[in-house]
Amino acid sequence: MSFTKSLLGAAAALALTSGAALADPAIIFDLGGKFDKSFNEAAYNGAERWAAETGGTYRDLELQSDAQREQALRRFAENGFNPIVMTGFLWPTALETVAKDFPDTKFVVVDAVVDLPNVRSIIFSEHEGSYLVGIAAAYASEGDTVSFVGGMDVPLISKFACGYAQGFKSVKPEGKVIVNMTGTTPAAWNDPVKGGELTRAQIAEGSEVVFAAAGGTGLGVLQTAADEGVLSIGVDSNQNYLQPGSVLTSMVKRVDNAVYDSFAAGMDVPTGLEIWGVANGGVGAAMDEYNAELVSDEMKAALEDAEAKIISGEIMVHDYTTDDSCPAF
Amino acid sequence: MDYLTVIQILDSALRLATPLLLTCLAGLFSERAGVVDIGLEAKLLAAAFLSGAVAHTTGSIWIGLGAGVAGSLAFSMLHGLASITFKGDQLISGVALNFLAAGLTVVIGQAWFKLGGRTPSLTPDERFSSWEPSFTEAMSHIPVIGPAADELIAGHTVLTYIALAAVPLSWWVLFRTRFGLRLRAVGENPSAVDTAGVSVVALRYAALVIAGVLCGLAGTYLASLAAGFVKDMSAGRGYIALAALIFAKWRPWYALYATLLFGLLEAIGNRYQSISVGDFVIPVQFMQALPYILTVIILAGFVGKAIPPRAGGQPYVKER
Repeated sequence: MSFTKSLLGAAAALALTSGAALADPAIIFDLGGKFDKSFNEAAYNGAERWAAETGGTYRDLELQSDAQREQALRRFAENGFNPIVMTGFLWPTALETVAKDFPDTKFVVVDAVVDLPNVRSIIFSEHEGSYLVGIAAAYASEGDTVSFVGGMDVPLISKFACGYAQGFKSVKPEGKVIVNMTGTTPAAWNDPVKGGELTRAQIAEGSEVVFAAAGGTGLGVLQTAADEGVLSIGVDSNQNYLQPGSVLTSMVKRVDNAVYDSFAAGMDVPTGLEIWGVANGGVGAAMDEYNAELVSDEMKAALEDAEAKIISGEIMVHDYTTDDSCPAF
Repeated sequence: MDYLTVIQILDSALRLATPLLLTCLAGLFSERAGVVDIGLEAKLLAAAFLSGAVAHTTGSIWIGLGAGVAGSLAFSMLHGLASITFKGDQLISGVALNFLAAGLTVVIGQAWFKLGGRTPSLTPDERFSSWEPSFTEAMSHIPVIGPAADELIAGHTVLTYIALAAVPLSWWVLFRTRFGLRLRAVGENPSAVDTAGVSVVALRYAALVIAGVLCGLAGTYLASLAAGFVKDMSAGRGYIALAALIFAKWRPWYALYATLLFGLLEAIGNRYQSISVGDFVIPVQFMQALPYILTVIILAGFVGKAIPPRAGGQPYVKER
């Protein structure tokens, strides 16, 4: 009896000390994994940057299946991690349940919206960033046809396509944007062979710039574009380096900044909904040494001009997800 | 739709059909010998991963091809061990292998390259280059035949030509050699073969070896075309090849036609994602489902009854 008591006491003491010692942040990566060269990897880079700059430590977890969401989140919350960041648009259900049970823990969700007092929701204006790369595509092409390869056919991907088409048509109103989706199942995110075939078909139809928003499929798109000697545009992370000299630019979502910012704020992380767009540097067209030769001064000027107009509100880029239609298609 | 578009679609169809054809022939050998092979997908993945990884490491796609074939063979032998030697259920063994390949490729890939289960991109030297003979280039300015020759005959990698050559070869082996006769007999009536003093087990293993090699070629083709391995990159092609196999009634030439048809439908679906007929727009979902819808229709109405090898799916147990 006394032995059990002392065991319980020890366990309680351990729980207390661990609870007090741990106010470290934690991050949970979505399916796809933290080295996806794209969305999750950007989040990982943000967390690593925070760790390198502050010397702090954080815990991370890669989801292996959808069923783990709530369990993983609850365990992190129980262990006293604060704030807890998660990436991906499939989180709301799990987060709504868990966030109510831990009112003193701050949660940050990137790419989804959860309306609770202890949750910070960060979403990105992908349509604005896509608008910018659409302009870049218009200046890089000699003819009047460019194209888009999406992954799975979901509204979020159409949001990319719609912004891209609007940007392109703002420069070439009579131009043509070929929009293809790889498929209607999650397998569409990982089919580089089909992505390559779609790209070839688009090139055959006259496309000079191919924008890929398709996860692993996009790697096949960039590869085929490089093989066939046309330009491509990457997505989420800066993918310019993947095929140097062939990737015109990348539509970057600064997921890394979202994670870094949340980690740096620690337990005082602000809550509520935030929309990261061109105005606050949340999205943009990536410029670096790999695409410097492809970007003309004229293009650069047009991009800066469009950025300024989006910030001032002079250009309103239509968001596909608001009404499931696109004026530029 | 002009002539050149038709040529381009046919060209794309041939590229898309190549991995299906090789995989379908693999399934054909295996099932003709009475071993149902759901695990084609696993072999494709294993071969694509190993060929991509080894080609990157060694800088030679030919060594990569060897590694891909070896990986596929290893999975084939595992299937044989479970379902021939230990007389386990062939379907369960195949499904298990599919799970194993899907997980193992990513785990090993992550351990080796730290790219989230992806292999590094292959440079042009580490991929199969396309065959561009001088005579088709010379012909390309001839109207009608020229473009067709330039796009369809030339411009493919060596594996496409191997796949096409494998069709008559498979037919000859299966229907014109003693080995083929015995192989087919093992799939129909293994006890008769056994009575004749020929080893059922050895023949079934031989069939799985051939299947492993063919799947290895198909997987390497995928990795070479996409310049690297991405997790789950086979994207269900192993299952489509199985469907094509039923479609083809377990015959090599029909396998060619069936996989070419699937390739053609996919190529058309890629090229014309939405077709407007007057005011009505055929949605992209329909175009992407078309290969499967047509399979059902053609199988139900035109092909007639597809009868599988009689002893398929049953482990052979000697009478005591």
